[in-house]
Amino acid sequence: METTFKNQNSEVPPLEGFRQAYLLHLADTTLILSHRNSEWCGHGPVLEQDIALTNISLDLLGQARLFYQYAAELINNSKKAEGKVSPLGGDLEGADEDKLAYLRTEREYKNLLLVEQPNGDWGQTILRQYLYSQFQQLVFQQLQNHKDEQIAAIATKSLKETNYHVRWSSEWVIRLGDGTDESKQRMLYAIDELWRYTGEMFIPADYESVAQVDFNTVQQQWIAKVKTVFEEAGLPVPEKIFMQTGGKNGMHTEHIGYILSDLQYMQRAYPNSQW
Amino acid sequence: MNLLIRKFYYGDIPDTNAGGEVKNESSQIPPSGGGGAAWPLWEIFIRSKQGLDHKHVGSLHAADAQMAIENARDVYTRRMEGVSIWVVESKYITASNPEEAGELYEPAVDKVYRHPTFYQLPDEVNYM
Repeated sequence: METTFKNQNSEVPPLEGFRQAYLLHLADTTLILSHRNSEWCGHGPVLEQDIALTNISLDLLGQARLFYQYAAELINNSKKAEGKVSPLGGDLEGADEDKLAYLRTEREYKNLLLVEQPNGDWGQTILRQYLYSQFQQLVFQQLQNHKDEQIAAIATKSLKETNYHVRWSSEWVIRLGDGTDESKQRMLYAIDELWRYTGEMFIPADYESVAQVDFNTVQQQWIAKVKTVFEEAGLPVPEKIFMQTGGKNGMHTEHIGYILSDLQYMQRAYPNSQW
Repeated sequence: MNLLIRKFYYGDIPDTNAGGEVKNESSQIPPSGGGGAAWPLWEIFIRSKQGLDHKHVGSLHAADAQMAIENARDVYTRRMEGVSIWVVESKYITASNPEEAGELYEPAVDKVYRHPTFYQLPDEVNYM
């Protein structure tokens, strides 16, 4: 059946159902990338780009919220159907978007490894955004036709934002790759740092069977698009290298812990605080 | 008192400040907080609704026209202000000199008769 999810490290409930898990994967990925981008707020290289990246950050946060809200709804429904008391228990009765974002541990986070990587310099941030947005665009194009209307609707709404993210970030990749020696060096370094996290995107986790996405096709389309952009930027596409995996199933790089301790501090230190 | 800041008016911006050619390669990537002084300034015009005119909303820095459009989209249309954007590099705008305001505009002040308000309109004319 649909339950393979185990959360050994926490008291938050195992999340039944592939659909919930997939929604959390989408939500976590967009939330963590949003958080990373938001770290640039006030630190962008120029005012205009600071605002651009913050806008993207907010777009992603909005997408994350939609996925969390829907996931929470499904989780609560399945609890009711099974007549179980919410294992969230006590004051934490009932899942909602905040609890899913603020009270799950790193092993429960299912985001892609790529999006939790540190911002580094502007080149790394740009490249991370491009590699992910290009992937997101192709996946969401397929999700638009998902039989779950809610997922299809969220994908359709998000796609307009994502198309712009692809446009913005790909132009930056070209600008920097085809810029000065310095900017090119930085892009080469960024590729070196990030490429190893891209393979994971195309290896479906068990719960991604509900995505109804053909990941082989997505991979071919993705590599073709990336090649076009990299070619124009004068950047090499790495040949087969070792790929890191695990994010989709909660096995992360060290960075996620630091992100969550920032992100979740208030709710952990002052449970149920609101402002 | 010494004026430390000199205000430039459009058409009055020296090439070095208006961006244009970047002479020093290493300054192409502005350091953090550098304010993008190496990038040209662009004037942004937004049309808020189909059928209305594009209106000047402000200016920003960008490396080229494409980036100027995107920056304008991010800076000036975040709250649904627009449906169309024009950008033009500031150095291509020629502006009248504020110091010549006297000779340019004041002569019109005492010539109210140039307003067409002294005609007796027939009642049948509804829209004037």
